[in-house]
Amino acid sequence: MKKTHQFYGHGIPRVKAADLGGKLIVIEGADGSGRSTQIADLVNWLETSGRPTVQVGLKRSTLVSEELEQAQDGNVLSRTTLSLFYATDFADQLENIILPALKAGFIVLADRYIYTLMARDMVRGMDEAWLKNLYGIAPVPDAVFYLSVEPEELVQRNLSKNATLDYWESGMDLGLSRDVFDSFLKYQGAMQNAFKTLQKTYGFDIVDANRSVNSVTKELRKKIGALLEEK
Amino acid sequence: MKTFAESNFPGRLIAVEGLDGSGKSTQIYLLKRWLEAEGIKVYFSEWNSSELVKSATSKGKKRELLTPTTFSLIHATDFADRYERHLMPLLRAGYIVLCDRYIFTAFARDVTRGCPPDWVRGNYSFACAPDLTMFFKADLEVSLNRILEGRPKLKFFEAGMDLRLSTDPYESFKIFQGRILEQYMAMSKEFHFVTMDANENVETQQVIVRKLVSEKIDLKKFKRRSPLPLPPSLRDDHADHEKEEDKAA
Repeated sequence: MKKTHQFYGHGIPRVKAADLGGKLIVIEGADGSGRSTQIADLVNWLETSGRPTVQVGLKRSTLVSEELEQAQDGNVLSRTTLSLFYATDFADQLENIILPALKAGFIVLADRYIYTLMARDMVRGMDEAWLKNLYGIAPVPDAVFYLSVEPEELVQRNLSKNATLDYWESGMDLGLSRDVFDSFLKYQGAMQNAFKTLQKTYGFDIVDANRSVNSVTKELRKKIGALLEEK
Repeated sequence: MKTFAESNFPGRLIAVEGLDGSGKSTQIYLLKRWLEAEGIKVYFSEWNSSELVKSATSKGKKRELLTPTTFSLIHATDFADRYERHLMPLLRAGYIVLCDRYIFTAFARDVTRGCPPDWVRGNYSFACAPDLTMFFKADLEVSLNRILEGRPKLKFFEAGMDLRLSTDPYESFKIFQGRILEQYMAMSKEFHFVTMDANENVETQQVIVRKLVSEKIDLKKFKRRSPLPLPPSLRDDHADHEKEEDKAA
């Protein structure tokens, strides 16, 4: 029996979940968790095995991505505003890319999904019930993999890649510490806790990404392969 | 949904709602003039948002990129920006804030576009309810005539063209406004709207508006503690004048 999709809440006006085929696969994780590397590998692997694949990610919508980038650079928006701005960005990609691709039976690979957005907001004190209602527009993915890496390891990876820690990924807007290194560790720890809370509700697959790229790739391919086999 | 008074804000918020052409903007403007003259800390919130949010909204509208969901979300973003940066500090500082349109505009419009009512209301649930909401109810024909008289160029979303109600913008606008009016009527009781007869003449309506406001809000609590300081130029003249008097003495 072919599994059909569902929405978390009300969904999108005039879109029937039953019309959605394909597979929606989400990779979650902090910067430095190896997300991009793994997604690049998965796209390559899926496409060479003849499966049409589409990618989406945060802050990539036609509608607001530019403005969202500027807002972050200037840190000018307060938390509810920024949260709704991100939701707009997500909804635009949902309606223009994710839903049409699923209707056409494609595989959609999401480089982060509503969970990162929710976790960020929860760390900033926003109400979980409010977020749940807001993101009731999202379809339930077929699989969600959370690449879990210890904050100490994330620091090392981010520094070796960029030689600096990103303002937002360090949660500097929260005033946890004036020291960006301390703030990064505290913030990433808080984000992991938020993900653990969300995991209880949304039940995603936690992948130990402290390991080498290859062993993570193997695990992901194995699990996704199994998912694509079942019809 | 709690009001600002119930949420222990020192300030109060008064909102006017109604269709375009119902005369609500004139009424809230006259209310503002009266409160100012009474020496009350009053602020009229114009729907100006940050340049950033505005830029995204107008791009979405111009290129007709918006769906009911993104239309709703981008306006919620815009509202949140005004609410957090503007309304909240004023209400905490004990102002009477006057709003030409509030969240009910979004409720009526987005639900007409097909968004689920619970979802829209949930998204706006960070905002408190107004302490007084006056709904200006004019006959649909009257409102439509006021707007359409000059045959203005109606914008795509303003006319509800995205709903494919009609290929003629004027026809579409009429049907769209009619449906919004129905939505307003349907939530009138739930959100304690005070319905104003907007077919009445302007002066008569204003008398009622002022009466309603003074009954609902203890205005003397909102007076500025001291009169506004004089503008610098006047103060200087005054000081010079005194000096001259000193010399004379």
